[in-house]
Amino acid sequence: MTIKHIIKTLTLTDIVKGLVITLKNFFTTKITVQYPEVKTPLSPRFRGKLALMRYDNGEERCIACKLCSAVCPAQAITIESEEQTDGTRRTTKFEIDAFKCIYCGFCEQACPVDSIIETDIFEYHMTENEQRIQTKEMLLKTGEDFRERTLTNKIKDAQYK
Amino acid sequence: MTLVISLMKILIVTVTLLLIIAYLIYFERKVIGYMHVRIGPNRTGPRGWLQSIADILKLLIKEIIIPSSADRFLFLVAPLLSLVPALAAWAVIPFSESFIIADIDAGLLYLLALTSFGVYGIILAGWASNSKYAFLGAMRATAQMVAYEIAMGFALVGVLMAGGSLNLGVIVESQSGGVLNWFWIPLFPLFIVYFISGVAETNRHPFDVAEGESEIVAGFNVEYSGIAFGIFFCAEYANMILIATLTSIMFLGGWESFFAGTSFLNGTIFEVITEPNIFWLAVKVSIFLFIFFWLRASLPRYRYDQIMKLGWKVLVPITILWIGVEGAMYLAHIGPWKIT
Repeated sequence: MTIKHIIKTLTLTDIVKGLVITLKNFFTTKITVQYPEVKTPLSPRFRGKLALMRYDNGEERCIACKLCSAVCPAQAITIESEEQTDGTRRTTKFEIDAFKCIYCGFCEQACPVDSIIETDIFEYHMTENEQRIQTKEMLLKTGEDFRERTLTNKIKDAQYK
Repeated sequence: MTLVISLMKILIVTVTLLLIIAYLIYFERKVIGYMHVRIGPNRTGPRGWLQSIADILKLLIKEIIIPSSADRFLFLVAPLLSLVPALAAWAVIPFSESFIIADIDAGLLYLLALTSFGVYGIILAGWASNSKYAFLGAMRATAQMVAYEIAMGFALVGVLMAGGSLNLGVIVESQSGGVLNWFWIPLFPLFIVYFISGVAETNRHPFDVAEGESEIVAGFNVEYSGIAFGIFFCAEYANMILIATLTSIMFLGGWESFFAGTSFLNGTIFEVITEPNIFWLAVKVSIFLFIFFWLRASLPRYRYDQIMKLGWKVLVPITILWIGVEGAMYLAHIGPWKIT
């Protein structure tokens, strides 16, 4: 407790300094993004909702190798497969539990045929518990609905990989 | 007839006060938002003006949960005990030269009595909740309020000496005649001490250890929900406005104009702004309320022992010292007060 310290505390110097800083901020331009109307820019690498893709001729890409299911750290993917009439191996069941999925993107990296990919969709919800299971049909539909957008993102991102 | 007029006045003051409290919450959120470089609430109604109404409606609709081990009667009485003194204190506040509910001579004494009464609501809330956190919060709040009450009381002694009366109207009148005649200049240390104690007295930041979210959840009101919590909230804000008003009345000349005593305005159209008016009181109160929020946005919470140290070892000695200085000034005929 030197004299200097006592004078400094009694004149409230530090408090006034702090108050000046907050007052400066009071008058600066605000940085809030008004979310539903204005959106922040998304990276093409953004990892959102999962989707299954098809080839250009409409054939499913997935060959039921189960690598995604094996690599999944949250064990969110369940796959069952069967031999089709044309001799190819295809999934009969491909389900992702949206509550378990942690959007790490390992499945996308593991996939040898680029079937399972991550879109940049992050605004979706479910209202019932059972809706958390994303069935094969739902995943394929997501892939079709957002095909162009997702492919553009993947092409943009590819040069940095 | 006088009874009817008094009742009308009470109604006007109470309703205005509650409306001000509602919008003060909105104002606080906006000010703090702006200081955080955010924009604050702006979704409910145009520019978020209905935010407070929505908050109140939400609190009214919510269930009031009474803990099974709580003392039911005290638990429900405690919020009222904190709100009633906060509102009753307004009876002696002079809003302008003529508008006052009860023009009593011992107004200052009445105020001191009622502001200390507010602590009972908090003690009872903490005790009746039968919860550790609530009890700790109540203990902290009690010790803090009692400690700062003393500094506050001593600061008021200074005003009392300067104004020569316990009547708040007389205190304001003795400050008439311009900014330089207001008590904040001769009583500057007391002015600062009074406002700091006022912040501590209302348990506001940076002295809000009674709530202390980080260590005791929400302090004395942790078990309260719905409108019972709303009443505590209301009492806190009513107390804030009260402290702001009292500081304005005792140190900044109450309803006196900022431009009073400036002779160069006489005869021009600006002469009207030199006249004493309730508007000036509102301006001064708003400034102090802004400072309340400004402090909240700027300072971290003090540690509990630091608060006690500040109260007992710094603020109380300063006030006592300055009362002595003031006495010396009075004897030496220095200062603006009228010597009788």
